[in-house]
Amino acid sequence: MLHVTGIPTKEDVAKVTPSLERLQKGPCAVIECFQKIPCNPCATSCPFGAIERGNDINELPVIDWEVCTGCGICVVNCPGLAIFVVDMSQPDRAAVKLPYEFLPLPKVGDVVTAIGRDGVPLGDAKVLKVQDNKAYDRTRLVWLEVQRDWAMEVRHFSRKES
Amino acid sequence: MERKEIVVVGGGPAGLCAALQAARMGAQVTLLEGDDRLGGQLVKQTHMFFGSQKQHAGTRGVDISTMLVKELEQMPNVEIRTNAMVLGRYEDGALTVDDNDQFKVIYPKKAVFATGASEKMLMFANNDMPGVYGAGAVQTLMNVYGVKPADRVLMVGAGNIGLIVSYQLMQAGVQVAAILDAGPRIGGYLVHAAKIRRAGVPILTRHSIKEAVGTDRVTGAVIVQLDEKWQAIPGTEQTIACDAICLAVGLSPFADLFWQAGCDMKFIPELGGHVPARGQDMQTSVEGIYVAGDVGGIEEASSAMVEGYLAGLNAASALGYGGETVQTQRTELETQLNDLRSGPVGEKIRAGLAKLYAE
Repeated sequence: MLHVTGIPTKEDVAKVTPSLERLQKGPCAVIECFQKIPCNPCATSCPFGAIERGNDINELPVIDWEVCTGCGICVVNCPGLAIFVVDMSQPDRAAVKLPYEFLPLPKVGDVVTAIGRDGVPLGDAKVLKVQDNKAYDRTRLVWLEVQRDWAMEVRHFSRKES
Repeated sequence: MERKEIVVVGGGPAGLCAALQAARMGAQVTLLEGDDRLGGQLVKQTHMFFGSQKQHAGTRGVDISTMLVKELEQMPNVEIRTNAMVLGRYEDGALTVDDNDQFKVIYPKKAVFATGASEKMLMFANNDMPGVYGAGAVQTLMNVYGVKPADRVLMVGAGNIGLIVSYQLMQAGVQVAAILDAGPRIGGYLVHAAKIRRAGVPILTRHSIKEAVGTDRVTGAVIVQLDEKWQAIPGTEQTIACDAICLAVGLSPFADLFWQAGCDMKFIPELGGHVPARGQDMQTSVEGIYVAGDVGGIEEASSAMVEGYLAGLNAASALGYGGETVQTQRTELETQLNDLRSGPVGEKIRAGLAKLYAE
């Protein structure tokens, strides 16, 4: 259905979801890339060599979550903005790092509306950090604090009108 | 009358790379661009490019353009002329040019035509009403001139251009009411679709536009669902409020110069229409005329750049430039093109090229 609606299905997402055990250890990248296209910046940008693209740049990326540190470099380098970092190491909440290319940027501490893959608002989330530097090339890395059961759901957000 | 070594017509991704490659090998290169600036469609591409690092993947199109132009401008053996529109190609090899309102005649030893493509139009009622735009015009307004084209846009076409322009519109603060596509599947990259979808824009496959609504400008659009035979299903019409309708329904190779030059032309739907027949070296049936980029078949900009390098290399090599490394470079470029085209999304272009090389 992804190729009809543009919304990755539960089955699509299940294929790229790390184990709960891994997610609870700390941040790691979730690569929501479901179509073979000629593209490899995720693999070439990873400072730890955790992402493998094979010999053919059309192959889907394969990530080694034991090597991934969840640094987020691949998130801002993915031309499709299809990579997210999920961190469930805290018992009562989760953190999600999202690529964000809209202005104005949110500020740390802002409460924003967390949004799912289908564009439907899930509820409130708090902005933990807004990372930006020259190497990110205008794709900002926004960290949201969300309730734990949204960790694999939140993929976008909107600022509340102030 | 002027005599030149290599003339490249068109300063988009293919032309820039053709000029660069030939110049790097030592040839004297003249680059003619009809617009007032180089870069072609690259200057409107604010997204990071796909492909591999060899095609600058991960870099935004507009920045790739800046890099290529900067290198060209620093080369003493490159002459860049903007506002220089090639008007015709004559049987004695002459190119006639409107060069900043001066009529010029140029005889090149070799020519690379990288003239790109033009947008297709769609038939529907009131499609000539103000507020109906091509996607290229919307991108030019927003990204070249900084003009907001509308407040709420209906996008027609869910190929890469429709998806990318929708995203750019949202970044510019314009609402996108919906993206329609007559086909059963989203044609563009699904990662582009997913990022637009999560930002709340519905993508309606098997839908088309029936008419633009309004008196002297667009105030809405009637859309309709299509059945499996691409026919409108009566009773499924709905009106969408919008002040612009943006068409991203495909491109046609802009091949007039090849026709004028008498090149063998082939009609290949998978490549977007009539394209010049050519060898693996990008040379057409007319000796000394090479093709690169969308004018030879509608494809991604990353492939256009590699085709440009290849055409530039072969044109310069035919004049004796390049030395011993030419064959290695040629093989490397051909490998890059094959890699870009080898996956499932390259199926259509592979089918088109198979027809092109069949005879």
